[in-house]
Amino acid sequence: MKIALIYPELLGTYGDYGNALALSQRSTRRGIDVDVMNVSINDELPDADLYLLGGGEDGPQRLAVDLLKKSSLKQRVANGAHVFAVCAGLQILGTSFCVEGNDAYEGLSLVEVETTRGSVRSVGELLSQVGENKLVGFENHGGVTTLSSGIEPLGTVLHGRGNNGHFDGFLSETIWATYAHGPVLAMNPWLCDVVIAKVTGNDLSPLKTAADLLYAERVTSLSSR
Amino acid sequence: MSNRLSLRGFLALSTLRTVNSLSRATGRGSGTVAGGRAGLAIYPKLLNDLSKNRQIILVSGTNGKTTTTALCVAGWGDKVCSNATGANMPAGHVAALSGSSSPHVVLETDEAWLPVVLEATNPRVVVLLNLSRDQLDRATEVRSIAERWRSALSKTAHDLVVVANANDPLVVYASESAKNIRWCNIETTWTSDAVSCPKCTQSIVRTSDSWSCVCGFTKPGCVASVSGNEVRIGDEMVQTSLSIPGQFNVGNAAMAATALDVLNIDPSKSLTSMKSVTGIAGRFTVRTWQGRKIHMLLAKNPAGFDALLESLNPGTDDVWIAINARIADGKDPSWLYDVSFEQLQGRKVWCLGERRLDLATRLDYANVTYEVVNDLNSLPKTSDTTELLANYTAFSDWMQRTTA
Repeated sequence: MKIALIYPELLGTYGDYGNALALSQRSTRRGIDVDVMNVSINDELPDADLYLLGGGEDGPQRLAVDLLKKSSLKQRVANGAHVFAVCAGLQILGTSFCVEGNDAYEGLSLVEVETTRGSVRSVGELLSQVGENKLVGFENHGGVTTLSSGIEPLGTVLHGRGNNGHFDGFLSETIWATYAHGPVLAMNPWLCDVVIAKVTGNDLSPLKTAADLLYAERVTSLSSR
Repeated sequence: MSNRLSLRGFLALSTLRTVNSLSRATGRGSGTVAGGRAGLAIYPKLLNDLSKNRQIILVSGTNGKTTTTALCVAGWGDKVCSNATGANMPAGHVAALSGSSSPHVVLETDEAWLPVVLEATNPRVVVLLNLSRDQLDRATEVRSIAERWRSALSKTAHDLVVVANANDPLVVYASESAKNIRWCNIETTWTSDAVSCPKCTQSIVRTSDSWSCVCGFTKPGCVASVSGNEVRIGDEMVQTSLSIPGQFNVGNAAMAATALDVLNIDPSKSLTSMKSVTGIAGRFTVRTWQGRKIHMLLAKNPAGFDALLESLNPGTDDVWIAINARIADGKDPSWLYDVSFEQLQGRKVWCLGERRLDLATRLDYANVTYEVVNDLNSLPKTSDTTELLANYTAFSDWMQRTTA
């Protein structure tokens, strides 16, 4: 599995390296070969099975989207590459988002999703229901994200804000997006395994890691609030 | 002190003293910040008035503020007025200034408050150490802090001297708007918050001893530098022998000495005096717990953690690490993934604190041997000194648990 971590110098504010690390460790420990490539802003976008987009501040987010518009990302996704995006990365994938005030900035338009500036920042722990599973994480963003009809959210918010207080993120055939930032795949081992299984087409054997205990503890702690 | 105060200021100061004695009498606090807050509520210019006719050094930055403040105080000599540990916002500054008549003042200043405190205190010297990510859930993202510093420093007078770390592009960006700057060449290992240029957002290119961007923004020439334990300020070379560990503390001492040099304190004299700093609020000290000797190391954010991990004695096999995520720590422990825990491979980490499972997960993915400690009585007994790294409230918990 070839994983490209896109512009960590711009989209790496909240421990976003954790997602690449969890994907790589959970694959390697099952005998799946993994190559994680750090894509710097001066690099051509390499060929990869999975592109990771992290969180970042307004200025860096704007530069990241400008560079990605000129890159082959859209073409590669159309050809079947996968994307896992959090926070600023989620906003970038949509049609528009806000930076440095309330002005709309054009996104990559990979998904019919629009982000506007919320009246307050959404900061705190996030718990959502994703199918049979719960997703835990931490959000810290100023956006309100609206999905066009036909776009499926990733989860239903149980605690926190996500897109708008009701839903978190979005999901398509090849894209996962959530406001749970930073190391969300490290904290949610089941979701990390869903991504690996989908991208590699492998059935995964069970894997015991410290993350199982952390995940159980956070779900219990947040469910009781 | 009355020569510094207006009538209203005098009233505010009386209130401050009353609140302080009440606060102490009722056991509700150390009687500093509460009084300062009450005084400022009555008279918002109290900090301005109390700062008049004094020589003030402000110290700010993400890491090393408290230590560098203590080094400045020790290097300056007798009877220097300074704020209590952690009380680094205006209420704490007012409390410190009202409690001392010394004309020599060193104030540790919270990064977000620096613009306000700069304007109110009219300092002689401002020491700017570094800027990196810290407690993003409750603080502002780090680039906007740099922007606010830059704006505030552009409005300052020529007689203000900024002593700034030339190896941190965010600090250089923030400082270069000042009129009088003394750049210091201080080892700065954390670079992740200035990989892209603060001016134009392109990539910053680093060599072993410099950095630059295609837009022309580059590391400035330095008047002070550090090499091992040797500090050079201008033409003067001084061999330091600090009592506190870590190469980063030699850097802190060099910046403190550069600040004092502005006030005509000879670096050889100030750096020698800095040896008296042995531990600040327990930091870097060795304490006792259940027959064990514990070396207390505070690390609050990725840059601080990385610096301490690099300074660990190579002979140390076991490391205790305690992590909490209370409000004072930042409630989001995502930053654990920004710490290069991989360098602990080959050692064993005992995971402590309320967020020990977050730490254990991080270490597991880093292939570091770890044990989650649910019962403190299960910690190993050893005659060696144990290295304990803890973030803010976890450090306080261990200060209470241990004895001097």
